Order: sequence, then structure tokens, then C-alpha cells
Amino acid sequence: MIVNLSVNGQVLNVDVDPSTPLLYVLRNDASINSAKYGCGAGQCGSCAVLLDDKVVLSCSYPVGSVNGNVKTLESYASDPTLLALNKAFIAEQAVQCGYCIPGMMIRAKVLLDKNISPSVPQIKASLQGHLCRCGTQTRIIKAIQRAGKELSV
Amino acid sequence: MIHHSETTRRHFLKSSLGLAIGFTWVPSLLSQTSVDSLPGSLNNNRMLDSWIHIQPDGKVIVLAGKVEFGQGITTALMQIVADELQINMSRIVMIPTTTGISPNEGVTSGSQSIEYGGIALRYAAADAREILLERAAGQLNVPISELKIEDGEIKSSSGKTTSYWALTNQELFQRPVSAKVALKKSHTTIGQSIERVDIPAKVSGGSAYVQDMKIPGMLHARVIRPPAPRAAIVSLNTAPVEKMPGVVVVIRDGSFLAVVAQREEQAVRAREVLKQNVQWQLAKDLPTSLSAWFRTMKQKRSIDTTIGVKQNAAKPIARVLSAQFTKPFVAHASIGPSCAVAQMKDGAITVWTHSQGMYPLRTDLVKTLGFPAEKIICVHKEGSGMYGQNGADDVALDAILIAKALPNKPIRLQWMRDDEFKWEPYGSAMIINIDAALDQEGNIVDWKHELWSNTHSTRPGEPTGNNLLASWYLEKPFKPSPVKNIPQPAGGSDRNAVPLYVFPNQKVENHLLDDMPIRVSALRTLGAYANVFAIESMMDDLANAAKQDPVQFRLKHLQDDRAREVLTHVAKMADWKQMPKAYRKNGKLCGRGVAFAKYKNLSVYVATIADVEVDPKTGKITVSNLYAAADGGLTINPDGFKNQIEGGLVQTTSWTLLEEVPFNQDGIEINNWAEYPVLRFADVPNVYVEIINRENQKSLGVGEGSQGPGCAAIANAVANALGQRIYDLPLSPNRVKAALAQSRQSA
Repeated sequence: MIVNLSVNGQVLNVDVDPSTPLLYVLRNDASINSAKYGCGAGQCGSCAVLLDDKVVLSCSYPVGSVNGNVKTLESYASDPTLLALNKAFIAEQAVQCGYCIPGMMIRAKVLLDKNISPSVPQIKASLQGHLCRCGTQTRIIKAIQRAGKELSV
Repeated sequence: MIHHSETTRRHFLKSSLGLAIGFTWVPSLLSQTSVDSLPGSLNNNRMLDSWIHIQPDGKVIVLAGKVEFGQGITTALMQIVADELQINMSRIVMIPTTTGISPNEGVTSGSQSIEYGGIALRYAAADAREILLERAAGQLNVPISELKIEDGEIKSSSGKTTSYWALTNQELFQRPVSAKVALKKSHTTIGQSIERVDIPAKVSGGSAYVQDMKIPGMLHARVIRPPAPRAAIVSLNTAPVEKMPGVVVVIRDGSFLAVVAQREEQAVRAREVLKQNVQWQLAKDLPTSLSAWFRTMKQKRSIDTTIGVKQNAAKPIARVLSAQFTKPFVAHASIGPSCAVAQMKDGAITVWTHSQGMYPLRTDLVKTLGFPAEKIICVHKEGSGMYGQNGADDVALDAILIAKALPNKPIRLQWMRDDEFKWEPYGSAMIINIDAALDQEGNIVDWKHELWSNTHSTRPGEPTGNNLLASWYLEKPFKPSPVKNIPQPAGGSDRNAVPLYVFPNQKVENHLLDDMPIRVSALRTLGAYANVFAIESMMDDLANAAKQDPVQFRLKHLQDDRAREVLTHVAKMADWKQMPKAYRKNGKLCGRGVAFAKYKNLSVYVATIADVEVDPKTGKITVSNLYAAADGGLTINPDGFKNQIEGGLVQTTSWTLLEEVPFNQDGIEINNWAEYPVLRFADVPNVYVEIINRENQKSLGVGEGSQGPGCAAIANAVANALGQRIYDLPLSPNRVKAALAQSRQSA
């Protein structure tokens, strides 16, 4: 079946089983690298993308159910919040292996769009569904706060 | 050692980079009997042009055998070369570690990349600089002492100029590195917190990982592993899967089973259906539980060694303390399951993988496939975090077994979550017994440390045996390499088992088990994590028994000034007060603990202090603060160093509070993150790290320095809070509750 999608403003028609997880279509048909396979069960957050303004875990979200515009980290240059996060993650060197980071940046964008100066507990609560194994969490928190400050000036 | 022809190497660089570089192999020099030992990785890779090429176009090509996995080594190595060559870092092109092209630096492990690879590149760059300076002096007809270098431009005091780019030619670096040129004493890029070069792609959706590779015509594969180790296929029905959309082929060799499809989700679905259509004969040879394994470990056949023996006159013993400590199997649990891309073309295999050792991997691939080494090209491409040996080597063989059956087709294979959890080699379970004696004044006069463990390295690349998972399941199966320990002073299971403290009498006995029912290999720190946990716990118990402050008690037994300094430094950072008292806050039991280790007794010095809060009702421990002071000698990149120490502290918090691989006789019981919980954001401590830079000391490996002391400081803080020590890892809620019950009883 042909599924129509809008990914970062680009329209995409893919002949695919509608039960296919959105993740595989993004990675293999839409040239998206940022959303990563981590667990396939919505437990780690590394596949997070935006569906309109909501976070979805694309590893367990059927592509046939997508009704809206998909947005990923690849569109960072045209999104002020993602751009601020991109700069802040570099400034704080808030990455080790980095596999989990794009998912966290997507989650942080939604947080910052609602609250430009989140507290540490608010950031932690927002990222509770995201795993980082390298132990970079303390820097990730700082990067999100830095991006918020950058956006508020 | 050397299998490749010069032409193979030249050809590869041309095709991948559009560069034409000549290479020389190590000359007959190596076959001579008396060859001077050279620093670090130079010893096995002696030619200057196996490390550095200076191009007429102003680029500097750097080859390294140590690979990036987010620890920042690529950037650090670039800083070293730029500093010694006096060039801007932006001129450097780093070549991904590739067999046949890159220097063979073995495995990227043990926090050795700076100590071995960094020092090799530093001497190589120093030689390159001197060779070009000599040439410039000849050409400009001025003494070297009158020449200055600025970003590769060479100027004489009288105003004559030339440059590296004008002076370079292919033959110039076809000579062994002398390692005799004086290294620069004042630094430009060394010591700077330069931003890592691998980060921009990772935070912008760039192609940064082997998982992101896309080759035209690429097919997707998945493996179907047995339900438990050593199970064998008894029957297989491929018909239902072969009818599925997109399925290209089912591949079976003995009990190795895989499926290939046009699309990734088709391969994933086919794997599920294939699982339903294969019957396995189970070996049922796993221990029934971790406690059952612990009960038998001391009776198992073992290779026994005694190390660190000291026998000296001492004051009479006033008191003896004895304790047994245990550590469970722990998983690497990288966020992204292992992945490789392989392609068989013109009789040669190329495989891209995130393994920590391209050459050792190739050694075992040669054994498995029977191909000559030059027909197997292993190329490093970053994956998810490497904390030792996860599935990265195994997935490379899996992908190759599939690619070999489908010539010319690029095959991308990513393991599923349960593949990684069930089949990665874990960090070994360990038992440690310590007996220690105090004299009347509270000095330690005798110390005995005895440990039981499986090996901590079953990596590929051994002379005999084959350590790649799939090789054991083939129609013609291979056997794993014989068990061996990494020798002291670095040690494997006995890593950090010899205390850095000075005691008059001391003995360490290591029992390395032969029997390995649960597959284990290197996990960050190897045995050091558990040994430091045990030693530092015992040090606190002894300080308590002697009624002495834990920091002062440690200082009293330490003679190494740098060790003493990290301890006093962290005490100052955390505002440590003599004899910290446990207290209650909002119904929580609060405590504080300290610990210290010099990793491997060879690398970074780290002292840590932990603050914890324990909920007596639920038994849950929260680590509120972790402080660390670290001395890694001459610091290459201070922020990169801090990032490693910080990450290690958070990772060890997870290991220490939560982690244990569950298993029973039927198999490993982990399919997902719910069955192997790791630390989540809400429980991440505040982390404070300060580093002590020592310009005149050699650079030390830092990547594994904080896990051992981080764990021990948490354990000591918990003991302080509860008034009762927990001797078994992880420090789980049930153990906290049991300790509290015991504490109440004895009160």
C-alpha cells in the first residue's frame, strides 16, 4: 500500500506495509539518520521524532497511523529551538557516543517550546523516558538550559 | 605480522580519499635480532609513513589504529599531531582505522590510546617536523636554530621562507621513527579544551555511525539466535518465511541462522516468523542462578597466581577484619544494538563495524573463513557506545557469513535489542575475600586479598581458538581460545587487586576459573571495579575499627604524593569534615563516603566522595552528589578528560545501584530494558570533577579511572548512612532493607 508522508516539509510516497514502524521508513526511505533504532519497544527514546508538535517514538509507531507532519533533527537549521539546541550541545560538549542524543534533542525542543527556562527537575522529568549509557546526562541537562538561555535573549 | 603489499594500501587510499600516497612496509630491520624498543605503538609500527603523510596541497594525513567511540580520542590525537608539528588542526585528515592501511595498534581498550597511540603519534610528528626543518635549513642555507614554524610555514630570522607543503615528497617519510627528537615542552593545542570533531554530525542528523551507512543495492539482514547458549537447531521449516514479501533468502550454516530481505522491516518480520519455525535442542548447562554460581566458584578448577607479596617485620596484630565481597555479571548494554555492513566483491570481503580492534577481528575472520588476510578488509565505523567488548566483533562475522552467500550485495545487519542483551559477552561475576590486620595504633600490618573470577578478555585475535560468536555454531564449529589472564602489572581479573597503599605484609591470590558457562569478556575496568570496591570498603571498615577519619586513614597508608594530592583535593572540593556523621533528613538516612584508586596502578589517579540518601521504607538509594579529583599527568584535552570522568561516575552509579544480568539454567533472561534497568535521568547525581594537570609528567589513560572509586565511595556512603555495610553488588533495595534489619538487631 502507498503511504503518503510529509517529513521535514518534503512529501514522500512509500509503498510499504502500513504496520511498518515509522522509524524504518524515515531511515531507509527519507534519508533520516537522527532517529535511531535502540529497543523497538519505546523504552529508550533514541527513535524520538515530532509528529506535528508531539513527540512520538517512531520505533513503535505504525507508519500507516501517521496523520500530520513529521519533523526530525535534520531540520534543525530552520527551527530556532533545534538550532539553539544544536549549538548548545556543541558548546557543552554534551555528547559521548551520541547515539541517544537526537532523541533527547527532540524531547528538549518540546520542553523548551513550552518552558524556556526549565529547572533541573523539570528537565529530568521530561527526559525520564530517554536512556544514555555513556553517562552524559549531567551535560545534557546543562546543554538544554544553555539553549533555553540562548532563546530567551 | 605483515600480510599486505604496498600496492594494496596505495590503492585503497586512492579510491577512498582521492589521495595518492606511497607507503612503505617495515624494512628488514624487524627481522634483525637486536631492535631498540620504541615508545607505545611505535614499537610494532616503526615507519614514519605508517603514521603521517604531509601533502603538497597543505593537508596532513594521519593514520591511527586507535578508534573513536565517543571518548574523543580522534580529537585528542589530532591535538597531539597539530601541537608537535606546529600546524592548525584543520589541516589534519584522520583515516578511519582500516586493516592493511592503518598501523596495527591492536584493541582500543584499557585506557591506553593516549599512552600508546598518542605517544607514538607525538614522536612521529616530532620526527616529521625535524626532517622538514633539516630540509628547509639546507634549502634556505640557514642553521635550523634560525628557523621558526607557523602552521607549516617555515621562516628564517632573515626573512627567507618555505613550507612543509613545498618541501614534502613521498620518499621523505619512508624511514623508521627515531623517537629521539626532543618533544616540544611548550604547547599550543595540547592542554586546550578543543571541541570534539565527531560531535557536529552527531547533533545535526549527519551520517555518523555504521548504522547510518547506505550503499546502493544494500539488503537488510537479521539473525535468529538460539534461545540459550550452546543450543543447536534440530529442525527448521523455511517455507513460511520464503513466501513472505521482500524475503530474499534464509541462510543456515549449522546452527547459525539468518534471513535477508529487501527492506529492513521485512527482515525484522521474517525473523519473528522464522523463530516460530525452528526447533532447538537446549544445552541446559547454565548455572541455575547467580547465588548457585557463587556457591560453586571456589570449587572450580582455576589457574592460580600469587602477586604483590610483601613480608616485613611489623608491630603485633591487635585486630583482624575479614569480609567477602561479590559482584554479579554486568552487561555493556549499549543503547544501539551492534551493527555491521559487509560486502563480498571480486573474491574479497569488506566489512564496516564498530569493533574496538580491526586487526584482532581480522585474525579471527581469517580463521573462520579461511581467506588470506589481504582478502578481508575491516574498516572502523563508529557505532553506539563501546564499554568493552559488546556485539561489535560478532556482528561483523554474522554480516560476512551472509554477504558471502550473496556476492556483490552490500548487507546491513543490525542486531535486535534482545540479540545484544542475550549475546554480548558480559563483565564477569567475581568473589573477593579480604583479611586485614590492624596493630594497636590502628595501622594496617597485614593484608590478604583472594579473588575468584572468569577471565576479563575473550576478544578476537588470540593465537589459537576463535572468539567470534557465530563461529561456534557453524556446521564445522570452532572452539573459543583457552582462558588466560592479562598479566600484571595491568592485570585482568586481578586488575587493581594489589593496593597502592603501603602495608608491611601483603599477599594477593588470583583464582582464574577455567569453566565459563556464561560468556564474558572485557567490560570497562575489567576486574578493577570489583577489586577497588572490595579494597576501599575494607579500608573504611578498618578506619572505623581504628576510630580514624577515612581520609586521614588512607593518607597515612599512602606514600605516592600524587595519590595523596587527589585525596586531599577531593576532600577540599566536597568540604569533607573529619569522621562524617550519618544524619536524617526528611525521613531519609544520609551518609557520605570516600574512595581512591590509581587505575591499573599505572594510569589516572582518581579520588571520589559520594553523598547518598537512603529511603528506609523502600530501600532505595539516591546518590545526590559525586565529587572527583583526577590526575592524568600532562592533560591533552581537559574537557574531554572531565567528560570521561563524569560519564564514568554516572555509569558506575548505574552498575552499583541497579545492575545484574539475570539468568537461569534455560538461558539469559533479558529481552528489553525493563528486564535490565539502568539509571534514568531522575536518579542521576550531581557530578563535580576537577582535574590536576601535570605538565612535566607523561599523559595517562583516563577513560576508566572513575568507575572503581565511584562505586566504592557510594558503597562507603551507604555503609555510613545505614550503620551497616552491604558486601554484595548491586546495592539493591532488598539488600538495603536486610542491612537495616541487621543494623537494628545489633543496636
